[in-house]
Amino acid sequence: MSDSTTTAHGALAESHHEHPPYQRHHFESVEQQFDTTNFAMWLFLLTEVMFFGGLFTAYLILRNWYYPAFVAGSHQLNIGWGTANTAVLITSSFTMAMAVWNAEMKRKGGLVLCLVLTFILGLGFLGIKTIEYHEKWEKHHIPGIRYSVKSFVNPASDPDIAQYGDKPLAPDMAAKTELYFFLYFAMTGMHALHMIIGIAILGYMIYRARNDAYTTGHVTFVENFGLYWHFVDIIWIFLFPLLYLISRHQ
Amino acid sequence: MSEPNEHEHHIVSPMVYLTIVGALLVGTAVTVWASFIDMGPWNPVVALAIAVVKATLVVLFFMHVKYSTKLTKLTVISGIFVFLGLISMTLADYISRAWGRW
Repeated sequence: MSDSTTTAHGALAESHHEHPPYQRHHFESVEQQFDTTNFAMWLFLLTEVMFFGGLFTAYLILRNWYYPAFVAGSHQLNIGWGTANTAVLITSSFTMAMAVWNAEMKRKGGLVLCLVLTFILGLGFLGIKTIEYHEKWEKHHIPGIRYSVKSFVNPASDPDIAQYGDKPLAPDMAAKTELYFFLYFAMTGMHALHMIIGIAILGYMIYRARNDAYTTGHVTFVENFGLYWHFVDIIWIFLFPLLYLISRHQ
Repeated sequence: MSEPNEHEHHIVSPMVYLTIVGALLVGTAVTVWASFIDMGPWNPVVALAIAVVKATLVVLFFMHVKYSTKLTKLTVISGIFVFLGLISMTLADYISRAWGRW
């Protein structure tokens, strides 16, 4: 028993080689460590694809079932705010990509600047989203809590949808607009939650970056957070046309 | 760095990022512009096609998949494959069984 323990210790001591402080013992090299964590991050993102995939599938099927209600519901969204938010989010993805580049080049000032810009753009996105959510509250379009079908059974009463010339919906179909708004809040709300988590992690990273944590050659954390941030961007790239744009002429 | 025979970490240049963000912003403008044209049933198709192009640019360049290991490429492709498979099977089920009887 004691013999085998000694052997194990001896084997460990022999195989132990010089490596940078940020390389964990069980990895052969920094490259292997990077590739492994990168793979793990992608596996996590695949579970996220499945999670949002369920919401997208529900939207696809219900939109086809209750087509007039979903068309009328989407006419309530403001394309201007939606476009602005898409631009804000895409720009934040760019600043995040630049943060990764600055970390790789070991440029601390640039890294902190890019992380701060990403942080601000993320908050800007949530700010615009808040304006939109507030509009829904004012118009009684919060499913389950504060909902009225007035805009849909009597479109003439609603100046926002006058431009679309919507015909009044029968009460049973108008009731289904609540389902549209439920999915609208579920999808944009889960997306916003991902943004809030991302912004919190960005705050932590700004603090760490200022203490030289990511400019020593160890870029794994910044790189993998970048993957998360770009993934959230991709979700919005699909949410924006599906929720705001495709029903404009229907 | 210490072992050059292994996969080397590729650094994507800022010019590439700048080009991609430009393309993504143009893509956003095009998709909004396209939504103002009445294409009947083709509006969603065009919107989704543009979204797929934009997402592909993000995955390849911002997420570095173009420069990644084969393992990462395989992971991404199988993820998309499974997602599309699940959507088609769900739709096949709805269309062949309950459609019109809700």
